[in-house]
Parts: sequence; structure tokens; C-alpha cells
Amino acid sequence: MNAKPPAAVRAVDLVKAYGKVVAVDHIGFEVAAGSVTGLLGGNGAGKTTTIAMIMGLILPSAGRIEVLGHDIVAERHKVLHRMNFESPYIDMPHRLTVRQNLRVFGMLYGVADIDGRIADLAAELDLESLLERETGRLSAGQKTRVSLAKALVNAPELLLLDEPTASLDPDTADWIRTRLETYRAERGATILLASHNMPEVERLCDDVIMMKGGRIVDRGSPSGLVARYGRDTLEDVFLDVARGRALEPEKAPAS
Amino acid sequence: MKFEPLADPATAAASLRRIAAMVLRYWYLLRSSWPRLVELVYWPAVQMITWGFLQVSFVGHEGALARAGATFIGAVLLWDILFRGQIGFSVSFLEEMWARNMGNLMMSPLKPGEFIAALMVMSIVRLAIGFVPVTLLAICFFGFNLWGLGLALAAFFANLIFTSWSIGLVVSGLVLRNGLGAENLAWSLTFLLLPLSCVYYPVTTLPEWLQSVALLLPPTYVFEGLRAILLDGVFRGDLMLKAAGLNVVLFAAGLVAFFRLFAGARRAGTLLQLGE
Repeated sequence: MNAKPPAAVRAVDLVKAYGKVVAVDHIGFEVAAGSVTGLLGGNGAGKTTTIAMIMGLILPSAGRIEVLGHDIVAERHKVLHRMNFESPYIDMPHRLTVRQNLRVFGMLYGVADIDGRIADLAAELDLESLLERETGRLSAGQKTRVSLAKALVNAPELLLLDEPTASLDPDTADWIRTRLETYRAERGATILLASHNMPEVERLCDDVIMMKGGRIVDRGSPSGLVARYGRDTLEDVFLDVARGRALEPEKAPAS
Repeated sequence: MKFEPLADPATAAASLRRIAAMVLRYWYLLRSSWPRLVELVYWPAVQMITWGFLQVSFVGHEGALARAGATFIGAVLLWDILFRGQIGFSVSFLEEMWARNMGNLMMSPLKPGEFIAALMVMSIVRLAIGFVPVTLLAICFFGFNLWGLGLALAAFFANLIFTSWSIGLVVSGLVLRNGLGAENLAWSLTFLLLPLSCVYYPVTTLPEWLQSVALLLPPTYVFEGLRAILLDGVFRGDLMLKAAGLNVVLFAAGLVAFFRLFAGARRAGTLLQLGE
């Protein structure tokens, strides 16, 4: 008998309201361990708020989130060392060199052999020539690679990514995606990815959660969603959802 | 799954390592920036020299004016412990805001209490870099040896640094909760203590109703204690104990304020939106 693997993330009836504005409206989902799950939606759909709640940076107004088996509100510090996060909207200290930044974060995450880990990451992410350079003087693509190295410094079981390839050129973005695929294949890590880049989601994700107005409006594999909406690409599906084009009743997801 | 075991984050050793990581992070920053290092010495030196010459100008005068003037250098040096201690705490905190690094830290295993401990260590490190050379300058320029106060200096320092941390905690909490719009408090809040804690004049100078406010502030007892030792040659342990008692209350209030504002920031979602 095949037991279902435990969920890496489990959100139950999750709500986040700022006064009268409801950013996340009674959503529930599970992210299977070892999967790559995409969180899709337009601006203001509630993706970043959802990810921030998973990290414990924002407290839910109601509902519950379990991350790697722990309640993220009550037991956040039992699990933070097993996860990590990367976003182009959060910087690393500019004046520190890449090596200094990775050393500091390695210490924060309790990495035993920091020098060895930095050497491994530098080799994997092509950072060897950048290690002694100040982080603030790097190009956007180089900074993204450094941020990814920081996000992988503790070899996280759960990796949260907020638009990891935003503002990167296609070559660098493809390079980043390949490294993420390699990391997932080698480690069996769980990745939760918020992105506006549909080809990226189609390539990386096993599962997609589509959000609009703080609610989950659909869910499925990229190919399953494309088939269900009778479209050619996930981008077309995204536009259907964003513009409120309803599915035929028999094709709509069970609520 | 292939995941290397990481250090148990709950142990005291892991906690100390995270504090050390943050201290190292600020040390790297200080080391990389000579303007930051110069700034630590510049203003304290200018202040001390200005007040030092003022004190010199009072030499030869008689009466209350001469007594007041005799404490200027000591008072300005102790004031700098209070002011620079708070600035050292707050600026290290603000460096994370300016670097847009707070999200990375808050999502790491670093606990708020460990962050505070690192800020306290850095406050002392930054203070030492500025304070020690200026006290040596005071000996060279004016023959005033603050270190000659011995144990009294240790008591003054301990009381002033705890007051500075208490203010730093409140300011940091306000910035976490309200964003960089509250940054100016880091530079201005401690100045409220300059007139109230009677840095350059005895507490009896204040109107009676304001004296009761001044006596609620730990630094008032420190500066009264300084005048007692410099003018009368008496170490007032009773004043230091009163200051310590008030500091316990003030520091506890600072911690409560910081943790409440931090929780408020998590509720309001401002930890990821740390702009103005």
C-alpha cells in the first residue's frame, strides 16, 4: 500500500484581512512534499501575502498553516532552519562581499561546514569569480544568483520563491530555472513558486494554484489546466482566469 | 530525501552563533566603510573639544558658575555614552532597513531576542570605537582623565548604556511597525533627555514640577552622581542604585514595546514592506 507523502505545506481556511480589505479569503491547499507548485495570479491576487504567511512574516487573521509538520504561527522557530526564501524584491547587504554575506547567512542557518558549503554553492551557481566582490556592485543577474545561493545555503527542504526570474534576461532566467530543476532533482526538495512567467511555470511546476481576489479559483497540473480550458498555453488560461471568463459548468473545479 | 542535518536551532550554542553572525555582519560593514568609522569619532571629538574650551574659559571664576563649568568635559563624555549608545543600537538596526535585508533576516532562524542582543553588542562596539579615542583626547587637550573615575565610571556607563538600549528598542520597534518614516526618531528621541536629565546643570535648576519628571529618568542620577564625584569627591552609590532600579523598569518597558510593535508589524504585514 502506498501511503500518501505528508504535505510540506498545509493551509486550512486561511484568511488575511487588513481592516476591510481582504487580501486572502478563506483559502485551503496542500503542497505535496517533493513537488514544485506554482502560485499564479495577477497583481493583488494574494500570492505574496500567502507566501509571507507561510514564512510566518505575516500573521493570518484566521485559519491555520502547517509547514513541514509545524504550526507556523506557534512553532515558527522549529522549522525556519529547514526552509528558505528568495525574492528579487529583498536585497542582501550591498557593502558586504558575496562570501561575507553567505558566511553570515550560513551561520544564521546553522550550517556546519560553511566554507565547504560556500565552495559548493560557488561551483554550482558559477559564483567563484564573484565571491570577493561587493554584492551591491553586481549586475541584476549576478545578484539573483547570489540570492539563490543564500536561499540554498542551508539546503532547504522547502524553498519559497517569489518571482525568482523577474527582470532577468532570457538566458539568465533559463540558467536559474535549470539550477532550480537540478536542486529539486538532487535533493527532492519542495518548491513553492509565485510567478507571472507562464513558460517558467509550465516548465518547472507539477501543480498550479490559481488565485484571484484573494481566493483560489482553480488548481491542477499545467497541462491539465490548459486542456480543461481548451487553450494552447498556460498564459491563455491565466488571461481567462484574470479576465473572469468562466469555465463551462461541467469543466469547473469542484468547490 | 537528501538533507544534511543542521545544528539544532534550539540550543544555546546555536543561539550564540546567530548573535555572532549578526555581530560579524555589522563588523564587516564597519570595516568596509571608512566614512562610517570616521563618523564614530568625529562628532564626539568636536563636542568634547567645544565643551572642553568652554570649561577652560571658566577657570579662575568663582562661585556656582565655576562649579558648573568644572563638570562640562565629564558631562559631555557621559552624554555621548547615552547618545552614541542609542545611535549605535538604532543605526545597526536601520542598516537592515536601508539594505532592504530585513525580510531575509526575519525569515531566517534569527530570533528577535538574538537580533536585540546583537544590536546591544554592536552599540558597545561602535561606542568604544568613538569613545575611547575621545577620552584620550580629553586627557591630551585638557588633562581630564575620565578613566580616573574607576568604578564610578563603570556604574555611570552601565546605567547610561541600559537607558540608551531602552530608547533604541522603542525606536527600532516603531520603525519595524511604521517603516522608515519613523527613522527620524532614531536621531532625535534621545535629545529629549538632554534638558530633562540635567546633563550640564543640577536638577535643582529645573522648576519643581519638572524636577519630578527628571527624577523618573535614570540618566538624571548619573549626571548628579558625576557632579558629586567631580565637585565634592563623593561617590553616590545611592544615586546609582536608584538609576539601576529605574533602568530595570525602562529596559523591561523597551522590550515589551519592541515585541508588541514586532507582533503588530507581523499582523499589519509591514515586515516585507519596509519603505517609507
